[in-house]
Amino acid sequence: MKFTLSWLKDHLETDATLDEIVETLTMIGLEVEEIIDPSKKLAPFHIAKVLDAKPHPNADRLQVLTVDAGSGDPLKIVCGAPNARAGLVGVLARPGDYVPGIDVTLSVGKIRDVESFGMMCSERELELSDEHSGIIDLPEYAPVGANYAEWAGLDDPVIDIAITPNRSDCLGVHGVARDLAATGMGKLIEPRREQIHGVGDCPVSVQLAFGDTPSLCPAFGLRLVTGVKNVASPKWMQQRLIAIGLRPINALVDITNYMTYDRGRPLHVFDAAKVTGDLVVRRGRAGEKILALDGKEYAVDQTMCVISDDNGLESIAGVMGGELSDCSEETTDVLIESALWEPINIAQTGRKLGLNSDARFRFERGVDPAFMIQGLEEATRLVVDMCGGTASKMTIAGEVPDHNHIVEFPLSEVKRLSGLEVSAAEIKVVLTRLGFWVSGTGSQWKVAVPSWHPDVEGKADLVEEVMRIVGVDKVPTTALPRLDTVGRQVLTVGQVQRNKARRMLAARGMNEAVTWSFIPQEQAKTFGGGQPEIELANPISTDMSDMRPSLIPGLLTAAQRNADRGNGDVALFEVGQVFHGDRPEDQKTVATGVRRGTAVMTGAGRHWSGSAPSVSVYDAKADAIAALEAIGAPTGNLQVFAEAPDWYHPGRSGTLRLGPNNVLASFGEMHPKVLKQLDVEGPIVAFEVHLDAVPEPKHKGKTSHSKGALAISGLTPVRRDFTFVVDDDVDADKLVRAARSADKALVKDVNVFDVYRGTGVAEGKKSIAIDVTLQPVQKTLTEEDIEAVAAQIIAGVEKATGGTLRG
Amino acid sequence: MSDLKSLESELTAAIEAAGDEAALEAVRIRALGKKGVVSEQMKTLGKVSPEERQTMGPALNGLKARIGDAIAARKEALEDATLETRLAGERVDVTLPVRPGPATEGRIHPVSHVVDELTAIFADMGFSIAEGPDIETNEHNFTALNFPEGHPAREMHDTFFFPEKEDGDRLLLRTHTSTVQIHTMRNGEPPLRVIIPGRTYRCDSDQTHTPMFHQVEGLVIDKGSHIGHLKWVLQEFCKSFFEVDDIKMRFRPSFFPFTEPSMEVDIGCEFAGDEIRIGEGDDWLEILGCGMVHPNVLRNCGLDPDVYQGFAWGMGIDRIAMLKYGMPDLRAFFDADLKWIKHYGFRPLDLPTLFGGLSA
Repeated sequence: MKFTLSWLKDHLETDATLDEIVETLTMIGLEVEEIIDPSKKLAPFHIAKVLDAKPHPNADRLQVLTVDAGSGDPLKIVCGAPNARAGLVGVLARPGDYVPGIDVTLSVGKIRDVESFGMMCSERELELSDEHSGIIDLPEYAPVGANYAEWAGLDDPVIDIAITPNRSDCLGVHGVARDLAATGMGKLIEPRREQIHGVGDCPVSVQLAFGDTPSLCPAFGLRLVTGVKNVASPKWMQQRLIAIGLRPINALVDITNYMTYDRGRPLHVFDAAKVTGDLVVRRGRAGEKILALDGKEYAVDQTMCVISDDNGLESIAGVMGGELSDCSEETTDVLIESALWEPINIAQTGRKLGLNSDARFRFERGVDPAFMIQGLEEATRLVVDMCGGTASKMTIAGEVPDHNHIVEFPLSEVKRLSGLEVSAAEIKVVLTRLGFWVSGTGSQWKVAVPSWHPDVEGKADLVEEVMRIVGVDKVPTTALPRLDTVGRQVLTVGQVQRNKARRMLAARGMNEAVTWSFIPQEQAKTFGGGQPEIELANPISTDMSDMRPSLIPGLLTAAQRNADRGNGDVALFEVGQVFHGDRPEDQKTVATGVRRGTAVMTGAGRHWSGSAPSVSVYDAKADAIAALEAIGAPTGNLQVFAEAPDWYHPGRSGTLRLGPNNVLASFGEMHPKVLKQLDVEGPIVAFEVHLDAVPEPKHKGKTSHSKGALAISGLTPVRRDFTFVVDDDVDADKLVRAARSADKALVKDVNVFDVYRGTGVAEGKKSIAIDVTLQPVQKTLTEEDIEAVAAQIIAGVEKATGGTLRG
Repeated sequence: MSDLKSLESELTAAIEAAGDEAALEAVRIRALGKKGVVSEQMKTLGKVSPEERQTMGPALNGLKARIGDAIAARKEALEDATLETRLAGERVDVTLPVRPGPATEGRIHPVSHVVDELTAIFADMGFSIAEGPDIETNEHNFTALNFPEGHPAREMHDTFFFPEKEDGDRLLLRTHTSTVQIHTMRNGEPPLRVIIPGRTYRCDSDQTHTPMFHQVEGLVIDKGSHIGHLKWVLQEFCKSFFEVDDIKMRFRPSFFPFTEPSMEVDIGCEFAGDEIRIGEGDDWLEILGCGMVHPNVLRNCGLDPDVYQGFAWGMGIDRIAMLKYGMPDLRAFFDADLKWIKHYGFRPLDLPTLFGGLSA
């Protein structure tokens, strides 16, 4: 919402400076976005008089002017304007001045061999209007040498304020002035209540034709003015419209625009000569089209409200008029419309058509219904004053709704909600200045809400009105009382788990990423997603179409982006949400990571101490186990399954489970087909830990946090090595488990320290070497004891794996 | 006696001359061995007169002790020399670079770090952390929050929708974390103090907007909290978060459907080149929106607005992270560029706490 300072002062009598006004506007909720001071742009230009005009010696259309700029030293200026003549008082630009309309900084020029020391400007050259048929021609009395902008009143600062959706009352300058006046900054100037005595009835009648569908137009006022001359609007009006970025067109159109910004009252004018029959306000019909004033054609439908006559559609109601009955310089009879529309319908229509207008902006936020008729009177006054003519009586279809909203207002609400101490007298002054009617004495008032405040619904809204005018800065800062206890744990188990997984993975050298929650559909489908219910109906691009079922695709492509930028050895992880459906319980939390190139935990790349190997499935497995360990999962009970989802390499991937069905994590090399689909190059491995699948730690809820007594055997542990030859497809895990269960009391640890295939081991076989730690509990082990356990281990492993002890 | 003197000097010379431990051992055997010259002399003591023994005894014992000491000293010197030679040979190039280890390589994303900072600050004020789903209903995202159907305020949210269901309703991606206000109030009993960090979505993308971003919401519901408390909470938060002793703040009336009265909050700052200095200067920077929870919202959650009251606020986590840590571009948050993460990320052991400092 833009207006100029002088415009504001039409409505507000005040001595306040621009700075004070700007500061106050912001602090009462009308945030000033920008102040544009055109006097800066126009500062160089001064009033000058042409003393003499002679034909240019070398050009027919040019003249050589002698110009008095007030300095007593006349300048020679070459000029091509047809209206340049001796005695003309105009506006001069001198060498060094920047002329905005032609985007040129002047210098002394030579035009057809005659030197020119400046130029006399047109309005277009100063960006005052589109006028360029001649140079500016000022009245003779304009003071030569004076600053033009100052003299012409063009140094009027433009204030641009942001209006929140609830403040439709401030979409006109008058409303802004009312708010400022309420702060005590000045006095609101109430405009004269115009009342035009119409002559004769309006010959065009209005029908609200909504049949049995809900009406989209509560009321519609119309009046004919005959015998107008649609001249240019007066200079002051044009200047204001230009200042706020509107283009003056002709008086009738300018008046509607002016009323929109001055009073927040959009109007429409029809050239009566182009209207045939009655105006019918109705719903649009399928197939109907209208050429609107913006020169574009719009197709309307039955959800939209239109105004039609016998010729067809004349206007998209409350949004934009049509070309058909457009007012031009030839217009002699004009129909002026002032109406009320359904705000929601206007918003929906504008959105559907992709059509923004000043009228839509106001109607969808709600205009003052009580001003519909008065607005038409004021517009008529302006038309008659500027264009002459005779106004008919008004015709009104429908009925202006009664605005009679009363709020029961206990004054204590101000203190209760805002903490402000304000006296009853002050509350009354503020509300009254804002236009509220206050009745009642004591602490319980009845407050009548003015018709221009559709947002004020209840007590809290009145508190806001009081607080914003009195000043939020007057609210004393009050410490929030501390709770009665020392701070307790505030994070849930899930939140703690996420934090721990995150820090563990970072401590393993991985870098945390935050990737988009939506991914391309093709990728979603590959990773088990792509359900229609979680495909966005309005994605921002096809690359962000589906909610992600896994973090792996986002991380894989991120790793590849890094590789493309020269960081091929990259370890990334993310702890975040994935989606398997659209119910809240379908949203799960995972901790996922990828390692690419040689980004193993101990450090990537070549190194004198030994270069890092390519990442392998075991790196991903270790990450997954570490993350599980960090969040307190019972990792000792994990079972490793050599089965994993399809996006992994079938022979180099696995899952970690608690029992056969509870999958806590998956890990592995990526399937080459998946990499190809995602355009990602390996070597690359990934893991995914399903945080929600991890059971809550056991100690949760227990009163004791004791870790129990530590039982340490003083007896020295014994270690023995065994090497078995087994079939190549036997999992090491099977062998380890067999060794471990050979004597659960004695066997404390089993570690695989070598896996070998090749010379000395038959084709299709491999040798696996383990070292077994035996921990005696009661007595030192004798050689016989050890031999006995060893025999059990060998027998157990051979039975479980079908292998043999390697001699 | 002179024999002993010359013997001693002869032996001492031999000890000094011994070039290695074997030579020294030979000298020792020659001098102090069973058949050694000193031992032989000792044996003669029994055969001499008592008077002579009186002088010879101490002299011989003295000689034996001195020779023994000399051998031991020489032995240590030889061992030292050997060790020195060995150590000299064992020299390595300590200037060679070492691998710094994973904990120094990994980084935590600034968003996670800032959430931890928020947690530390608000936990101290008695807040807990609430969460809710990203996929939401119209009811939670708009209706319960007092956004009238068709109101322009709904449109300002640029909502991502999912396909329409059979009943005509459609789910959406939450446009703000305020949805969790509703869950919190419906599922909990006042007094309530929560902050709600999380992902939010709007279909908007340009230099300063991304279709996904992070917000943190705050909610206090009890029987007495008002705007004075709200101002205090936000002032204390800003001082603590930006780690400054004082901060200029400006509360401006504004509008949000779910609060009444509503305000936007600016903090004082200074734009110095690319850098923004928080707490200094005469410029203002908008950082959050807030207000008293709207009576309609309280009612929608089954709370009587004449009994219960409270306030809420919301701000961009990414935005405050950018302000505090000087990231110029929001889009980089979601690009996972290693150079960016290394530069703006935090070390895994940099856990923000109030007692140890937030930015560490």
